[in-house]
Amino acid sequence: MKNIIVCMKIVPKTEEIVFDPETKTIDRSKASNEINEADKNALELALQLKDKYGANVIILSMGPPFFEEFLKLGIAMGADDAILISDRALAGSDAFVTARALAKGIEKIGNYDLILCGEESSDGSTGQVPPGIAQWLDLPVATYISDVLEVKENKAKVKRVLFEGHEILEVDLPAVLSVELGCNTPRFPDFRRKKMVEKEFKLKMWNIQDLGLDPEEVGLKGSKTIVDELQQLKTREREKKIVEDVDEAVEIILNAIK
Amino acid sequence: MQNEWNGIGVFVEHMFEKPHPGSLEILGKARELGDKYGINVMAFLLTHKEYEWINDLINYGADHVIYSINPLFEHFNSDVYFQGMTKLIRSFKPRYMLIPATRNGVDIASRLAIEFDTNLTAHVIMLDIDQSTKELISGVPGFGGNIVAVVRGVKGLPYMATVSVGAFESKFIENREGKIEKVDLDIDESKIRIKVVEKELKEIVDISRAEKILIAGMGCQEAYDKVKKLAEKLGLAFGVTRPLADIGLAPRSLQIGSTGVNLKSKVAIILGVSGAPHFVSGIRDVEKVISVNIDDEAPILDHSDVFVLADLEEVVDKIYEKLGGE
Repeated sequence: MKNIIVCMKIVPKTEEIVFDPETKTIDRSKASNEINEADKNALELALQLKDKYGANVIILSMGPPFFEEFLKLGIAMGADDAILISDRALAGSDAFVTARALAKGIEKIGNYDLILCGEESSDGSTGQVPPGIAQWLDLPVATYISDVLEVKENKAKVKRVLFEGHEILEVDLPAVLSVELGCNTPRFPDFRRKKMVEKEFKLKMWNIQDLGLDPEEVGLKGSKTIVDELQQLKTREREKKIVEDVDEAVEIILNAIK
Repeated sequence: MQNEWNGIGVFVEHMFEKPHPGSLEILGKARELGDKYGINVMAFLLTHKEYEWINDLINYGADHVIYSINPLFEHFNSDVYFQGMTKLIRSFKPRYMLIPATRNGVDIASRLAIEFDTNLTAHVIMLDIDQSTKELISGVPGFGGNIVAVVRGVKGLPYMATVSVGAFESKFIENREGKIEKVDLDIDESKIRIKVVEKELKEIVDISRAEKILIAGMGCQEAYDKVKKLAEKLGLAFGVTRPLADIGLAPRSLQIGSTGVNLKSKVAIILGVSGAPHFVSGIRDVEKVISVNIDDEAPILDHSDVFVLADLEEVVDKIYEKLGGE
């Protein structure tokens, strides 16, 4: 196979994000970051395809320069290269703009057979970016893929998971696949590759000019949606009664479900 | 062809020869908005044959049902459905286009938004129309589901949203009248790059409306079968947390939380669940929560009416004992 491009996002850990009800803003600054879990599954799937068919696996990400250390982890896992689209003008981009910028990056990389993305990001959770990329590039898309069963004669046979079960699709290549969260176990970074990365790897950075994008069409300005405000959902008042006696607990449970 | 962008369009997804409940729920909400602001509600359906329930879409809230029959529409295929919906939206110009946030729905909605160069809000749980700007306003749960972002579509037409399944109630209204229109859509087969070669789909048990439910978390991994059987024995619906679905112990349809099912149950018995934010948002509307956990620092405590600090297997065994064995 030719290039397999894996789109990767670095996200704050959800449970560490603090909401300030006074200012109605969220504070991500104290949250630690991680590679979006589903994107790791996408990378693992790409590496499995590389092992089986041979391919050049390239990670493509979009965000601030601190993403670098996480992209290096991806290289240590087995990816061949990583590129970061980074530009202040991109701040505040919604899914529409994000899909556009990534599509531009993918075009610039070129020579690809497959584009793999995680099904969605844990912070934005729209799931719109993978089909959005496909539409910008006029490629077929198969979403919520748990496995690529076979690649043959410019077609990929993939397993798509729905709540109701699954279907097997045959998709013309090149194609965009969104990979289901938890569908595989991502490999650990390789120790020797990690050392190599620290010594030799140089991350490529592209700004919006490199992609031929205008500042007016990206970031908040280019977005089609805006966030008016954030509201905290009221949590229901709970009694929080603690019971330690098992017999009493069983009594309570059986009474409650009568 | 219409000239103005008017009305609310609802995509009617179907599976197992029936409309998807998510689509009927959206029709219910669209009807409410339609009555409130005097807007027409259109239901769009792509199908391979006539169904009796096509008429029912009027009762569920549509003023105008527009459907097209083509053998290609039997099963969802992103390339086929995208073409069909693009044509329907171009012809009927709904100002607002609502699509269920199912996996199929998200797939085509995302492509349509790029095609129409327009806004799309994801997984919404609240919907309204700003009367001064006619923009679509939606509520989107974020960051694990405890915070709702109020999102406004500001550019492009139609205003689009995918709507979380279970967010609204469907309502069958007797003796409603409306227009049913069958249209021909030309599908270009040379543009179909996806082939469905195999399908293994089963109708799922919808647990979102269960009155009483037992939910298993990672703490039940060892005793999973025993816990699942207990739910059956007690006549309770059965749900799981995301990690249990991730490792494949249970299907996604049983997953509770912001990326799964939101419950409206009277009682939930929750075993071995720590209480991550994305899970907790799924039990917000449960009237009474009883949880069992061995860890007294588990966040689920704050979301429980009764918190049983004990080994869940001990509790499960005791219940079996009371019921006269497994």
